[in-house]
Amino acid sequence: MTGRLVTSREALLAGALMLLLALVATRFPGFVAPANLARVFNDTAPLILLALGQMAVILTRCIDLSVAANLALTGMIVAMINVAAPGVPLAALIALAVGLGTLMGMANGILVWKLDIPPIVVTLGTMTIYRGTIFLISGGKWVNAHEMGAAFKALPRAVILGLPVMSWVAIAAVLAFWLVLTRTTLGRAFYAVGGNPRAATYAGIDVGRTQFLAFTLSGALAGLTGYLWVARYAVAYVDIAGGFELDVVAACVIGGISIMGGVGSVAGALLGALFLGVIKNALPVVNVSPFWQLAISGTAIIVAVALNARASRSRGRIILRRAEHAA
Amino acid sequence: MLMQTQTEMAPRPAAEARPVLALSGVSKSFPGVRALSGVSLRLYPGQVTALVGENGAGKSTLVKILTGIYRPDAGEILLDGRPVRFPTAHAAGRAGVTAIHQETVLFDELTVAENIFLGHAPRGRFGLIDTGAMQREAARILRGIGAEIDPAQRLKDLGIASKHLVAIARALSIDARVVIMDEPTAALSHKEIDELFELVAALKAQGKAILFISHKFDEIFRIADRYSVFRDGELVGEGLIAEVTEAELVRLMVGRDVSRIFPARARNIGAEVLRIRGLEHPTEFSGIDFGLCRGEILGFYGLVGAGRSEVMQAIFGITRPSAGTVEVEGRPVRIRAPADAVAEGIVYVPEDRGQQGAITALPIFQNVTLPSLGRLSRRGFLRLAEEFRLAREYTRRLDLRAASLDTEVGNLSGGNQQKVVIARWLATRPKVIILDEPTKGIDIGSKAAVHAFMAELAAEGLAVIMVSSEIPEVLGMSDRVIVMREGRMVAELSGAQMTPETLVRHAAGIGGGEAA
Repeated sequence: MTGRLVTSREALLAGALMLLLALVATRFPGFVAPANLARVFNDTAPLILLALGQMAVILTRCIDLSVAANLALTGMIVAMINVAAPGVPLAALIALAVGLGTLMGMANGILVWKLDIPPIVVTLGTMTIYRGTIFLISGGKWVNAHEMGAAFKALPRAVILGLPVMSWVAIAAVLAFWLVLTRTTLGRAFYAVGGNPRAATYAGIDVGRTQFLAFTLSGALAGLTGYLWVARYAVAYVDIAGGFELDVVAACVIGGISIMGGVGSVAGALLGALFLGVIKNALPVVNVSPFWQLAISGTAIIVAVALNARASRSRGRIILRRAEHAA
Repeated sequence: MLMQTQTEMAPRPAAEARPVLALSGVSKSFPGVRALSGVSLRLYPGQVTALVGENGAGKSTLVKILTGIYRPDAGEILLDGRPVRFPTAHAAGRAGVTAIHQETVLFDELTVAENIFLGHAPRGRFGLIDTGAMQREAARILRGIGAEIDPAQRLKDLGIASKHLVAIARALSIDARVVIMDEPTAALSHKEIDELFELVAALKAQGKAILFISHKFDEIFRIADRYSVFRDGELVGEGLIAEVTEAELVRLMVGRDVSRIFPARARNIGAEVLRIRGLEHPTEFSGIDFGLCRGEILGFYGLVGAGRSEVMQAIFGITRPSAGTVEVEGRPVRIRAPADAVAEGIVYVPEDRGQQGAITALPIFQNVTLPSLGRLSRRGFLRLAEEFRLAREYTRRLDLRAASLDTEVGNLSGGNQQKVVIARWLATRPKVIILDEPTKGIDIGSKAAVHAFMAELAAEGLAVIMVSSEIPEVLGMSDRVIVMREGRMVAELSGAQMTPETLVRHAAGIGGGEAA
């Protein structure tokens, strides 16, 4: 009914994903075994989480390049607290991670909203600041597995109903985002602001505030993912998730989220992230070199953007045809 | 200097001159709109031809055809009597046709010399731009038009008048034979206008043919040798300025069948619902005072740039006025953002649907319900069934025909997009609706539907403000008309005072003293 969960673009992407899996299966049937697919999904969970937040930001015609640095900084802070004060309960650490991530997202949002600085500049700046801060607080040292508490490391790997908590968090986030984007005024405001900022203003929507909230959501998810990442890989250092922000943007773009704002769906972001996740996990098992992995990911981005551009062009022609009929 | 300008302006005998550039039988249509039908125009060397017409008469389309931006559907362009085609703007430039636009199209970050020679800069060795030669040549041209501008200066550091001079220098640098000036005085002060007119006199003396587009009759009579009047995309009169009066020009401009059918309305005017007192903006308008009653349609007429939309945007909370109060039903209200206005029952349907109205990537129902979402949600979640019900109710009232309410608005025609935007605002159940150019750019059929609907709204007790530049619409629909000029209310007309001539006179600031 809402037309947002699945549209033809998402169906096409799902088809491409199936085709990719089928191709891999001909070379290595074990890849498509349910247990392995679940492993791939779990591995892709951080990408899915960040892509959801990024999607909200891109819908409002902004971009958040600071997500990976935000993730790394919150991850480092909670890991260091866990080492320094093992008595702090895990729930408090997770709340702290989400809180810190939210604050960093809000910082981006405030700069975009109140100072009217282009989002790409703001988040390029905060990305560097957040990364630099990790070095300052850690002195460049690593926090290693043996220093972290057992409970701290165990949570993302704990299995509930056959899936690790990490996967469940991603699934919960997908459902929550779907609900927010399709069924709340905030979600509608994201689409309206990105689709036509001036019209949104005239409709009584505060464009800057909406963008601020998108950055805040993106930051909150980055903070949460920061804890999950550090705990799951049981290590924290300055460069974790280095360059991951580009994977996140790529997942959104492949998923059909228009970089011009106002167009995209949760299903698209999910499929875009899964597509990249499958490429990353499948190519090594069928003996494709890392160089080809990059080239294939890059090709997927360009093909996705070209297809989206073509789709919007053909819509232009339809407008003219209909207008002529109407005349 | 001024006297000299005026003596040079004396019309030359028409018989001996041959037009440099002529249009014959030119037509151009856009989906749903016939912008020009079979028009002709002749531009003579050393003469200024004034192009006069209401907004939407086809002047801009004509300029775009002359400068190679649009191609005509039918008809010919004759240069020195030989048919030519202008497939691109570049081709028009090579043929010696150049335009100086309302908002001068130049590049702020480039220097004056670079602006003048962009696209045809003098080349030196290895095909590189010869900066020295370019600067010298630019300085020579600027001196020739009496402009004291350093060719090395960046354009953004110049005032508007100087930018115009640069545009003119550019026209001279490509050896233009035809210079089109599209409302060149709109943003200039009196002194700058005098300087511009001296320059026009100089261009005339050099034998350039000039097409001068202006709404200001005093300027036309001061500077033009000939006139051509357009109305609804047709040429309705042309001749020598010396042989015509202001009154005759006004009549030609507006004198269509004002009897065009507008819906009959039972005028059923109720209590005052909106009162604006002393509304003022530092740069856009001042002294705005008016009241509006239930069931009334109040027209706002004026030339483009008279400040009508700016007043409406201030009332709606898009911009902040510097002084003045707004009262709704006798109660002073504070409107600091559009959301406040909507909450007070004031809604604004903007002029530019593409820029300010429709959100094309969203489906119809979501466009309609956008400002009403607060009312449609429960515990933070939208009730989709309610949304569809509201959207269906108002799209039906507006007779919007679309396959489904899920259709993206981008797939609708202009008239239907307009209906979606109006439906959006009616769905908020307002007390006051402000319609800014409600029928601009839509086809005749949709226009009639919008007019009928407006009458219906007023009959239901809604107070309507209609900003319009179309005289028949203003006269046919309004109970009362406020005319604005240069940011001020210059007349408030009702009943028998509402005639096309009085509207044009007040809007254009033509003397005559018979202020209503």
